[in-house]
Amino acid sequence: MTDKSAFTCFLIALAFVLLPSIAAAQDASRLAPTPYLTGTCTNCHGTQGRSASAMPSLAGLSQPYFVEQMKQFREGKRPATIMHQIAKGYTDQQTDMLAEYFARQTPAR
Amino acid sequence: VQTRSDAAMLGALTRRDLLKFASAGTLVSALSACAGTSSATRSIGRVVVIGGGFGGSTAAKHLRLWSGGSVAVTLVEPSWQFVSCPISNLVVGGSRVLADITVSYQGLRKWGVNVVHDTVTSIDAERRLVHLASGPTWAYDRLVVSPGVDFMYDSVQGMNAEATNRIPHAWKAGGQTVLLRRQLEAMPDGGVVVMSVPLAPYRCPPGPYERACQIAWYLRTSKPRSKLIVLDANPQVISKGALFTRVWKEDYASVLDYRANASVTEVDVANRTFILETGERVKGDVLNLIPPMRAADIARNAQLVTANERWCGVDWTTMESVAVKNVHVLGDATMSAPAMPKSGHMANQHGKAAAAAIIELLNGRRPEPPTMVNTCYSFIDDRHAIHVSSVHRFDADKQTLVAVTGAGGVSVADRAQWAIEGTYATGWAQSIWADMLA
Repeated sequence: MTDKSAFTCFLIALAFVLLPSIAAAQDASRLAPTPYLTGTCTNCHGTQGRSASAMPSLAGLSQPYFVEQMKQFREGKRPATIMHQIAKGYTDQQTDMLAEYFARQTPAR
Repeated sequence: VQTRSDAAMLGALTRRDLLKFASAGTLVSALSACAGTSSATRSIGRVVVIGGGFGGSTAAKHLRLWSGGSVAVTLVEPSWQFVSCPISNLVVGGSRVLADITVSYQGLRKWGVNVVHDTVTSIDAERRLVHLASGPTWAYDRLVVSPGVDFMYDSVQGMNAEATNRIPHAWKAGGQTVLLRRQLEAMPDGGVVVMSVPLAPYRCPPGPYERACQIAWYLRTSKPRSKLIVLDANPQVISKGALFTRVWKEDYASVLDYRANASVTEVDVANRTFILETGERVKGDVLNLIPPMRAADIARNAQLVTANERWCGVDWTTMESVAVKNVHVLGDATMSAPAMPKSGHMANQHGKAAAAAIIELLNGRRPEPPTMVNTCYSFIDDRHAIHVSSVHRFDADKQTLVAVTGAGGVSVADRAQWAIEGTYATGWAQSIWADMLA
């Protein structure tokens, strides 16, 4: 590699470093990163909340609806086979985070 | 002109910026891409994942998904297709076939995972290299080892890997599952099936009891004069005990004989006979020995085993090995946190925890401790299922994950509910296979 091509390469490398961070900064306003906590829901309810089975999808559920259902599961007001047990494992803050994420996912068609 | 503007651009960056980028590893990998040593031009790091089961596949996919494709992932897995242990007991019982529990690895490639069907011969943790049987060597920044279990034949006299062709374990799904099924089909009505359950801990705590239900269901419906003897080394049914015991009493009393504290220490392979600790001999027409197990050989050879010469200790904030730096261990091979089962669902959660931690670490951030959920469904016949669930949260004082008090539990004792849960159990399997592989 010549000095000149190495230098060009270096600049290209810099561009790769800079571009994603610029893109991320622009995206941040409209799309927060995936909260890793959503991974505790998605093995049943589908990656990004889009279920591939008889399990209900979560993608596109409105934020207040999601929070209310989790509350009802916790309080035993919504009948369930299992969610009344699992819902009790999440704090209110965690529930809000999940609700916010799934509300902005596009439902499967 | 070109050079001058280049220089001006460089001038806009401080030395500290450059160091920051370099320390993140981005600059290094981007430069190496220029030099033609890597095709992952936008990579913030390279991860090799060993093992394409519930843990490894989930980690591989979520490393790609959650990093926006900026982590280069190579998955090494010898099998050409994934065959699921969960639901495999229904293949033994005959209500499902192997194709129903088999999933392609092709979906992972769509996420940009480099799936390599090969066997790992050794791990060089010092130089961060993985050597493969067919020749290639893969370099990594972070390694994920999700090796599953291997069996401790040494602890059962007379037993060895070859003897499993006659006395299957069927505890790794695939050919062994089919072999046990064929033996059951070939057995005449009036025959005796004997299965042996090892002392906990082992892969899938309710699994042996679900299998007992499945075999009993097959015998009751197809060969009602036959018997199933369950020899359990444990003092009692160790998972969903009240529910399984009730089902056996109500549904399978005519065919099922469950014996606790019955530890098989020797096998007379030629005579298809189990020999108990007490010296008692139990002969059968079909024998199913679930041998004691430990973290698989690959983990042991890589010095990852730290507990009782069986399991791999991990830091539960990152899943990183407590013994070997930059290596994350997942799934059944780990020394489980308190009240955490060795299950496929749990391994999926481990995979996500490791993926999250690795992405944070590669970005120079500090990973948050994970929360994990577990659900294990067990089919009690061809369509009814019961579950156990739990939620696990990091305890800073104990530095481990602990089960959240008041959360989790088991199914209610109501058959109408178990029918609904049967639908959900099938849904669970389809969902989790998609979550890891599609």
